[in-house]
Amino acid sequence: MTTTVDLTHSPADEEFRAEARAWLRAHVPPGPLPSLETAEGFAAHRAWEAELAADRWSVVSWPEEYGGRAAGLMRWLVFEEEYWAAGAPGRVGQNGVSLLAPTLFEHGTPEQRARVLPPMATGEVVWAQAWSEPGAGSDLASLASRAVRTDGGWLLTGQKTWSSRAAFADRAFGLFRSEPHLPKPHQGLTYLMFDLRAPGVTVRPIGRLDGKPAFAELFLDEVFVPDEDVIGEPGRGWRIAMSTAGNERGLTLRSPGRFLAAADRLRDLWQARGEPESAAARVADAVVGARAYQLFTYAAAARFLDGESLGPESSLNKVFWSELDLALHETALDLLGAEGELADTPWSEGYVFSLAGPIYAGTNEIQRDIIAERLLGLPKGRR
Amino acid sequence: MRFLLDTEQRDFADALRGLLTAADTPAVVRDWSRGEHEGGRALWGRIGEAGVFGLAVPEEYGGMGRRPVELAVAFTELGRYAVPGPLAETVAAAVLLDDGEDLAKRFLPGIASGETVATVAFEQHGYGFALDGDAADVRLAATPEGLRLSPGAGAVRRSLDPARRLTPLFPVGELISTEPPWAEALAWARLATAAQALGLGLALLDRTVAYVKQRTQFGVPVGSFQAVRHRLADVKIALEFARPLVFGAAVTMTPSDVAAAKLSACAAAYAGARAALQLHGAIGYTAEYDLSLWLTKARALRGAWGAPEECRRVVLERR
Repeated sequence: MTTTVDLTHSPADEEFRAEARAWLRAHVPPGPLPSLETAEGFAAHRAWEAELAADRWSVVSWPEEYGGRAAGLMRWLVFEEEYWAAGAPGRVGQNGVSLLAPTLFEHGTPEQRARVLPPMATGEVVWAQAWSEPGAGSDLASLASRAVRTDGGWLLTGQKTWSSRAAFADRAFGLFRSEPHLPKPHQGLTYLMFDLRAPGVTVRPIGRLDGKPAFAELFLDEVFVPDEDVIGEPGRGWRIAMSTAGNERGLTLRSPGRFLAAADRLRDLWQARGEPESAAARVADAVVGARAYQLFTYAAAARFLDGESLGPESSLNKVFWSELDLALHETALDLLGAEGELADTPWSEGYVFSLAGPIYAGTNEIQRDIIAERLLGLPKGRR
Repeated sequence: MRFLLDTEQRDFADALRGLLTAADTPAVVRDWSRGEHEGGRALWGRIGEAGVFGLAVPEEYGGMGRRPVELAVAFTELGRYAVPGPLAETVAAAVLLDDGEDLAKRFLPGIASGETVATVAFEQHGYGFALDGDAADVRLAATPEGLRLSPGAGAVRRSLDPARRLTPLFPVGELISTEPPWAEALAWARLATAAQALGLGLALLDRTVAYVKQRTQFGVPVGSFQAVRHRLADVKIALEFARPLVFGAAVTMTPSDVAAAKLSACAAAYAGARAALQLHGAIGYTAEYDLSLWLTKARALRGAWGAPEECRRVVLERR
């Protein structure tokens, strides 16, 4: 028997780590940027993306022709560890980079990739997602916004909501019903990209819990979208949107590096507060949780690189990181005592953000249903 | 970087599952609980022949060389079948007795082959009890002077897990080592216990999933109720995130990783036990139903070789 299980990165990956670390040390702003969910902060984060992109650090896993470094999954994980350990800013382009870009790589045309990806990489165009509707949340396939055929394109009409980043973003992507006569709700949906400043679009920002406009409602009234902005075949949007959901995206939505860095800072905070015994268990659990998430991801990445499809496993992942993130931030606020209620601190900003984790990207209830049915083989029941 | 068990390691697990399925472990466990060790000793011998204990013993003393990853693979299966006996203790003994000289020659070949059952009373083990001292051939007692070969065990104290027979060891007898590798032995026993707990939790989940699929109430399987489904989903999540901690700890063997693995695997197994009991209902609360063999062990393993707070303390130590 030979042991081939290995947790050591290759020398080439370690070299890459050193290069990333050196660049980040020289470029990461000394203090936190203003909140991403304000106009001022959005602009500052956009400028940071441009700075990253200038040295090809904004989308390391993309091919070089689109501004990336063709870093494989392992190297991307290494980059993320360094990025968050360096205390670098949150990523304003996350929606586009982690949701739209993988879809374009799989289902887009070369023309779409050449047109859409480079300005996404630099932060010049920031993307918002337009999935949910007032009547379609967890039951996303019941969405009612329409795409009606017109000369050279489509006319979008309807209402989207909870559209993250849409208050300040430039463009959006989402699903629209193009063949309303079909019997099943997930049939006849089309995946489209559209301009948030196009005629017929009204963006109404929504204040999240702390009042910051982190998301928005979108009112669409016969918004023209040219054919070149349809992704994949019209009517096949559901399959296209879901095909990336279970695969690499399940791994790349939230990287372990983010939680390793947060758990480290939590431990620092606990030490600075005199290591109160009452919080020791929760701090330790956050440290252990971050390590578990890192190792789980390494194992999933190894299977993915072996050609396995991860599928419903990404539901385990989603529940775990979102609950870890929330528990970690709750512990930090408790350690801060009365100061914990102050808004606009890095910890309280992270806390408000983490509160949404169990809700977006498929609520944790939906994820548990997927785990029960598709991983445990339990019978379907009422939701 | 390739954090994935290879084919040989998976085949090893499959072979052990075959061996243990054929062994009718519930009957062996019940006999062991009554102090009837014959069936358990026979099973121990077969596990030894399969090379399990040899994974903690260097090749020159009849082992496979120390292989923590394969040990974790094997102990996951031992846990899955609720195999009784001082399993982690024998692993700890193999490490404590490996002086590369006389002690190793004297004891390790027997441990590797499965002929020798060993136990140890260790400060971290708590209360100064050794597991199954009445069944063991070699009883190691940690004393202020060092490691002693204890001549006998005291009266058996009952554990919450009837298959774990706790025995005080007399802290006398031949002083065989003044500076044994305590920390290393602790890490190996802790890893073995973590893997055992992982297997235990996986078995509890499997059994409970099977039960809620066939048990019907209100005309439908109880497994179709969302309260039941979500509870089992949570157990699945806990186990699937404990698993990489266990194998990651086996790769690095750092005190922090090993403690994290022990903490998480035992917590996941215990969550599995609580869910299993609740979802089986009253039948799960009976000693007669075999589920009890797994349920009670999930509680006992939490405290063995590092209770949760001890593991958390190690995790929080800055390296």
